[in-house]
Formats: sequence, structure tokens, C-alpha cells
Amino acid sequence: MSEYLLAAGDRPLFEWRWVERNADQIVQRLGEHLALTAAALAIGLVVSLALAVLSLRWRWFYAVALGTAGALYVIPSLGAFALLVPFFGLSFTTAVIPLATYTLLILLRNIVTGIQQVPEEVREAAIGMGFTRVRLLLQVEFPLALPVVVAGLRVAAVTTIGLVTVTAMLGMGGLGFFIRQGIQTTTPNPTAIIVGIGLSIVLAVLVDALLWLSERALAPWARKAGRA
Amino acid sequence: MNAVEQALDWLGRPGRWSWTDPAGIPYRTVEHLGFSVLSLLVAAALAVPSALLLAHFRRGAFLASSAVNIGRAIPSFGLIILFWYLASRWGVGTSFWPLLLALVALALPPLFSNTYAGVVSLEPDAVDAARGIGHTERQIMLRIELPLALPVVLAGARVAFLQLVATVAIGAIVNDGGGLGRFIVDGFAQGAGGYGEILAGGLAVIVLALACEGVFALLERFAVPRGLILSRRTTLTTRPA
Repeated sequence: MSEYLLAAGDRPLFEWRWVERNADQIVQRLGEHLALTAAALAIGLVVSLALAVLSLRWRWFYAVALGTAGALYVIPSLGAFALLVPFFGLSFTTAVIPLATYTLLILLRNIVTGIQQVPEEVREAAIGMGFTRVRLLLQVEFPLALPVVVAGLRVAAVTTIGLVTVTAMLGMGGLGFFIRQGIQTTTPNPTAIIVGIGLSIVLAVLVDALLWLSERALAPWARKAGRA
Repeated sequence: MNAVEQALDWLGRPGRWSWTDPAGIPYRTVEHLGFSVLSLLVAAALAVPSALLLAHFRRGAFLASSAVNIGRAIPSFGLIILFWYLASRWGVGTSFWPLLLALVALALPPLFSNTYAGVVSLEPDAVDAARGIGHTERQIMLRIELPLALPVVLAGARVAFLQLVATVAIGAIVNDGGGLGRFIVDGFAQGAGGYGEILAGGLAVIVLALACEGVFALLERFAVPRGLILSRRTTLTTRPA
């Protein structure tokens, strides 16, 4: 908008001085960004696991759950925030609900696919050894599905980290705060914009790598079998 | 007045259903769709031919596989604001180009990677047969590979378009126009007094996005070449914006 236009060309594209002066603020916003991401993923994972258990029992439920998750996934984030603001205000709740719902499609699909991929012989062997249905799920099916689940979690995490920046439009923190701040001060500040975008990308790459490493640590057999 | 009543009140204001008044939902819907469709066309004109060419000669596999990952990590909100800032700094008009560039950049990865994957995953028999009856490489690309890969290309276009419709709404933060996002951003600016506008604007964006998905679902159904039954594979990429 036009009021931002003044004095746009004055500041250098990147000032280390700004970064040093705002180090505390950067750490704080990074923390907020991680908190929103972690909350969204945790909620998404718990809900997806519950839906997956029901989906494995009834085929029709899987179709309904997947269809609903697909429809929710299509909702633009700003539209979702707009729908919730009148009821939950500019709050963590408003920010986290859409972020969590977007993870459902990929997490639910990957959990169910991962468990369905477990070979029938393995299942029969476990039942033959006297495993109950619950133990079979927790000790056999879920560990074997882990690589596929983590693959979904990686996609969900990277997507969520990018989306958290949009919550800056709600006045929520996170790195999007800097992106927005960059054009809201009387003198636009490119350093803030670049720091916001850059750190968001770095965070996404780091979390992705961390999840990949933890998958290799938790499911070492998957690497031997040549599964990604 | 609660938020729902506020929204109903807002919807009843004069000009709200006008195609020509900027206060009108139809006016903003057309603006929103226009921007989304234009960006999709520009992105497709760039991504589809290059991906087709590279996939035909089996080059650039790494680019195709990493495009989606890179695209997913870039925050669309940041890209819009960065481009807007650069345009204002360099004295280029800020109302059109920055948003268009940001949108095109966001739509490229899914279009490119899906076109590439669609061509590379084709059965080699069809291409060999075409070559055997004397098709040139160009003819193979345009008459065999592109039509056969079309369902997968369209799946990429669908993901890209979903992303565009969502991102145009965010673009309203810097753009004077901004499609249906205009209502949401203006509503936010008013605080609690804007709840009706926020709610109605949010609903309008959601309805538009769902309608666009429906249209793409139909398009994909009709895009499968006659005489060919493909297992429908939708490559899921980003939850974009």
C-alpha cells in the first residue's frame, strides 16, 4: 500500500548490525516458530493415529476420513484463520488449528499405508506367538510402518514451518513477524525480511534432516532393505 | 452483535453483490481468479515445455526431484513481501509485478516436477513404437509423451492452482487489489469491528478454493487420453499458503 512507499531505497539490503542488535528478538521468534510447529505436528499426529486405528478397522471410515482431510487441506490458510479469528481471537489457538488440520491428510495416509504394507506373514507369525491385537499394532505393525510415517512427518514439518510465517498476519509471532515488520516500519527494512525468510528455510531444512536422522536411528532395518 | 450477525450485516451492505464495485464479492472473486489463472498460465508456459524437453532427453532428474522440496520450504508469505519490497526499492510498479512474480515462482515447482515425473514414468514401448514408425523427437514429445503424461501434469497444475488461490489472498497485504483477501486484510485492520468482514471474506475464499478443486477434478477426469486407462496418481506436494 502506498504509505509503505516512502524511503524504500534507503537501507542496504542486508545489515549485520541489525541482526546483532536484534539477536534476543530473533531467538524469541525462532522459539515461537518452533512452538507453533511442534504443537501443530503433535496435534496432527495424535489425531491421525486415532483416525488411522479406526480406518484400519473399517474401510468406509478410511474413505470418509481421507475425504474430509482432503477437503480441509484445500482450505487456504488465510481463509481458515479468518474463519477462526471471530471466535478465538488473534491467538495461538487460531493459528494452530489450521496448521494441525493441514498435516492430517499426509499423516493419516502415510500411517495407514505404512501399516498396510506390513507383510501378512509377519502379522500371522506375531499372532501365532500369542500377540494380542493391541500388542501387534504397537510392537510389530507400527515399528515396521515407521519409515513411511516419518516420511509423511517430514513433509508435514517442512510445510508447517513455511505456513507458520502466515500467522504473522494474525499478529502471532514466529519468523513471519520479521517478514511483516520489514515493510511496516516507516523505513522498510530488507534485513528483517531476509532474516525472516532465510531462517524459516534453514529451520525447515534442519528439522527435515533431524527427522531423517531419527528415522535411521529408530528403524535401522529400513536402510538395509533399501527403503527410503 | 456476534460475529455471525456482523457477517450477515456486512453481506447486506450496498454494492456487496456487484460485479463492478470493488466492494463487491463477485468483483473481488473475478480479480482473485484472474490473478490466479494468469500466474498459472505463465508458470505453465515456463515449466511444462522445459520439463518435457528435459524429461524426453532424461536430463535434470535431480532438479525435478528437488524442485518440490525446495518449493515446500520457501515461505510464500515471505516471497510476496520480498518481491514487493524489491519492486518498491527499484521503482517498478508495486501493484502487479511483485505479486505475479512471487506467484509464478510458487507455481513452478509442482508443475515442473509433475510434468517431468509424468513423462519419465511412461512405458517406453509407446515411445519406441512412435520412433519405429518414423516420428521425429519433436513429434514424440508433443504427440505421445505430453498427451500420455497429461493426467499427471494436470495433477501438478491442480496443486499449483490450489497454492495460487491461497497465496493471492495473502497478497492482499501488500496489494491494493488482492482479490478476496482484501476483505480479510481490511477486516483485520479494523480489529473486533471487522469480524463480520473477516468471517465473510474467509468463507468466500474457502468456497472459491473448493470450487476450483472441483473444476480441476473434472478436468483431470476428461484429460485421460481415449483408449488409455491409467491408474490415477495424484502427486501430492505442498500445502502451500
